[in-house]
Amino acid sequence: MLKILRDSDFLAKLFKDMLKIRLFENKVVELYSNGIMPGLAHLYIGEEAVAVGVCNALSEQDYVTSTHRGHGHVIARGADLNKMMAEILGRRTGYCKGKGGSMHIIDMTKGLLGANGIVAAGIPIATGAGYSAKYRKTKQVSVVFFGDAASNHGNFHESINMAAAWKLPVIYVCENNLYGISVDIRKVTNTENIADRACAYNIPGQIVDGNDVVAVFEIAQKAVERARQGLGPTLIECKTYRWKGHHLADPGTIYRAEKERKEWIQKCPIKNFKERMIKNNTFSEKEIIIFENEIKELIDNATEFALNSSYPEKSEAYEDIYFSAKEEEVYL
Amino acid sequence: MREITYAQAISEAIDEEMRRDEKVIMFGEDIGIKGGNFGQTQGLYEKYGEWRIKDTPISENSFVGLALGAALTGLRPIVEIMYSDFLVVAGDQIFNQLAKIRYMSGGQTKVPLTLCTTIGMGRSTAAQHSQSLHALVSHVPGLKVVMPSNATEAKGLLKTAIRDDNPVIFFEHRMEFNQKHNVPEGEILIPFGKANIVKEGKDITVVGIAREVSNSLKASERLVKEGIDIEIIDLRTIVPMDRKTIINSVKKTGKLLIVDEGHERCGVAAEIGMDIIKNVFFDLDLPIERICTKNVPIPFSPILEEEIMPTEDKIYHRVKRMMRRDNIG
Repeated sequence: MLKILRDSDFLAKLFKDMLKIRLFENKVVELYSNGIMPGLAHLYIGEEAVAVGVCNALSEQDYVTSTHRGHGHVIARGADLNKMMAEILGRRTGYCKGKGGSMHIIDMTKGLLGANGIVAAGIPIATGAGYSAKYRKTKQVSVVFFGDAASNHGNFHESINMAAAWKLPVIYVCENNLYGISVDIRKVTNTENIADRACAYNIPGQIVDGNDVVAVFEIAQKAVERARQGLGPTLIECKTYRWKGHHLADPGTIYRAEKERKEWIQKCPIKNFKERMIKNNTFSEKEIIIFENEIKELIDNATEFALNSSYPEKSEAYEDIYFSAKEEEVYL
Repeated sequence: MREITYAQAISEAIDEEMRRDEKVIMFGEDIGIKGGNFGQTQGLYEKYGEWRIKDTPISENSFVGLALGAALTGLRPIVEIMYSDFLVVAGDQIFNQLAKIRYMSGGQTKVPLTLCTTIGMGRSTAAQHSQSLHALVSHVPGLKVVMPSNATEAKGLLKTAIRDDNPVIFFEHRMEFNQKHNVPEGEILIPFGKANIVKEGKDITVVGIAREVSNSLKASERLVKEGIDIEIIDLRTIVPMDRKTIINSVKKTGKLLIVDEGHERCGVAAEIGMDIIKNVFFDLDLPIERICTKNVPIPFSPILEEEIMPTEDKIYHRVKRMMRRDNIG
């Protein structure tokens, strides 16, 4: 048996982290459907095991960059759900004081250098954080999450090339959910696996079942260890699926077969993990219910906190542009 | 006082700031053994080694992003884009990331990053190696934009840029790199947002940007002989812009000519004019004028290049025309 499968506290954390993401996203759908949430959000439902497996292999000092589909990474990094929900609802108590919204959540206290509205833009930023860690000799590592579609962006090639050449402590985590909005990755890419590209940079490329949180954790842990030892970057491809459309307003049905979607839903990372834990007698069904109630309460509290928070003052639109607040008047 | 070139002044500024603060590192193409495409990093690789003076692959967008990642995690990177024409290759990282991450994060981050790049015609390098794209970055909130006019200015403004906790785009002019200038020894720090009156005068206010300051000074030498006394203002920084110095000068002279090597359409000259018109409208003797690069791609042949760019001669003739018009009116 794998060592971590004997650590029930850790397994409980993996379960609760995944459930937090799922229930947070479900709440986002509800708030959006009720017209309470401005803008849009890109849901992470179905991909929870990737963020949770990888982020739990990191230390608190490590860096992470995320994507437009970023709620999962942010939550897995241990972000404050109250501040997240408030941000998504455009309130001043949010992570970014209502200036970033769903796609731009940043928590510098947790090394979370940002979700990002531009596909593939976080890849070089995380690579730079890796460069910085290496230069400062801190043993920190940097992780970047990106989708299958981002692997066709120049930033993917440019950044991994630099990280490989300079042996930077960066883990490139591709969440291959098969679709870039509506475009099937298999129609625009000639390699079966994104991880196969690693050989072009002379770095390890690993493929993992993105629905198996333990498998993701194990593989991420090896990559992290390798990076900390100064051996350079790893490319990890997690095979996964987004259950929902590209964003809240996209049903995601016209470009995908319902049969395909249902097959992936059968592989639900949370349901499967739960069943496995019960089968292994790690947790009883009763304990699972306790966990679920605990997370539900967190989400409800976050929602209440956000809904009770005020919107920013209009004058706040003119703040936080430049570092020195006094200077801002000069620049407007 | 000693004379050094503009390129030497730049490498001196980087050298001093690297010596002062080990968080200062530099990324760019050919900045290592070659010492910079224009000699701006001469000797620094030998002194600071390959992890502080880092030759990058030809991956502009990603190495600007790399520098941003370094800036967010405690370093103070300088990143060089060889020609301002290549800014657009790194467009996403400059326009969408560097400029905005502080705002998007509600002020959680600071980005102490200086991006150096080069502008300017005069070497027949045609449409992809001659543009002056400072208006482009000035359009996007969140960046500071610096336009040094000579070696001393370059040194003093670059040192200020490196110490700034915000992203600064620093435009070096290619025709200036070999120009010598009396640069004082020791520390020079020139603050942003304070234009410099390089020559006082009473007849016309001429606002020059980067190389157009020295072109205006040369034109002025000829004009003085004809009894025309222009006031020349070196704008120094586009963002932040020192409106007050321009306004005060125009209130005195009643006339304003803006000279800028950027393209005329939607350019910085248009911005200056529109920005201050409400303050000087009733003081003006005649409409605000500008000399910019004509709205065509930069041509190769020297004859054609000269045709479309601002020159000392064009400044001279335009000032004279403005003065005659004034006399007739």
